[in-house]
Amino acid sequence: MNDSPLIALAGYFALLSLFAVGGANAAIPEMHRIAVEVMHWMSDRQFADMFAIAQASPGPNVIIVTLIGYHVAGFAGAGVATVAMCGPTCVLAFFVARVWDRFKDAPWRIAIQAGLVPVSLGLIGASAFVLARSADHNIYAAVITALTALVGFASRLNPLWLFAVGGVLGLTGWL
Amino acid sequence: MSSPAAPSSADRPSLAAVFRAFAEVSLSGFGGALPWARRMIVERKGWMSAEEFNEAFALSQFLPGPNVINFSVVFGSRFGGAPGAAAALAGLFGPPLAIVMVLAILYARFGDIEVLSRILSGVTAAAVGLLIAVVGKMAAPMFLKRWNSGPVIAIFAFIGVAIMHWPLPIVFAVLAPVSVAFAWFKK
Repeated sequence: MNDSPLIALAGYFALLSLFAVGGANAAIPEMHRIAVEVMHWMSDRQFADMFAIAQASPGPNVIIVTLIGYHVAGFAGAGVATVAMCGPTCVLAFFVARVWDRFKDAPWRIAIQAGLVPVSLGLIGASAFVLARSADHNIYAAVITALTALVGFASRLNPLWLFAVGGVLGLTGWL
Repeated sequence: MSSPAAPSSADRPSLAAVFRAFAEVSLSGFGGALPWARRMIVERKGWMSAEEFNEAFALSQFLPGPNVINFSVVFGSRFGGAPGAAAALAGLFGPPLAIVMVLAILYARFGDIEVLSRILSGVTAAAVGLLIAVVGKMAAPMFLKRWNSGPVIAIFAFIGVAIMHWPLPIVFAVLAPVSVAFAWFKK
């Protein structure tokens, strides 16, 4: 799998796409493990930068895979990573949508959905942990993270304001 | 529960209208596009009732992968089959892809510049904070309820992935069946 980065991107993201219960944010630790620890495609810092760019851009957060793909193999990498991450789940969604009425009220369907919630919670928590370790490399950054967490938890403020405040504070050079 | 049957052709939106609606949703959706999708489809366009939206949303959550992408496929296919799904998906993905490609090129060229990397470290710190807020909102109802298996499963998933660095498919294959079994027998 190490021969061509395109094949590696396609393989990893297609597999990941089917395990991303709870959305893109639940898949962050696995992306980090592959991109930083296993394949050494990028540094911890670069991964955290890409997460920030994806979060601060409009559109689905899963777009981080496009950034990773571009970093690894240019435009071809961006295309392959995006299609691999979204293709399998889109095809699945298309076909399941047609038979959904038949099992939407089935007890097993409800049990599966309820059972997956704690798993995705743990995975998203792991995302926050992995990213905090690379982003909060000093006390000021950790304070910004903590304050943003409080504001985000307690209010419905547009996240864009928090990104802007974070960016301006970053510019001061304390972080 | 209202019938989720396909609407009559009279009020079926055109492919171009579906594309435009999803493009607009994706461009307004910072930090999660689903609330915007609801506003657009239920409140502004009236393409789905609130119940129909909730049902399509439940299906999107049931499926693996990003919820809003699943939702665009479910919505598009219900209104226009495969072309409808493609139109919704293209609307949702096209504009953000163009923006993010520009950002990727800028980052590749200027990512090392001191000023930019300072700004990015501030944005990253804030983005991580928001993620923690999401975790808090998800965890609160689960951890505050009287004893249930949820917190234990969540903590095991966290330890397996964040601390032990085990591959996601393995952690998932072990924990998901256990958690689903708990949910099954709790009824």
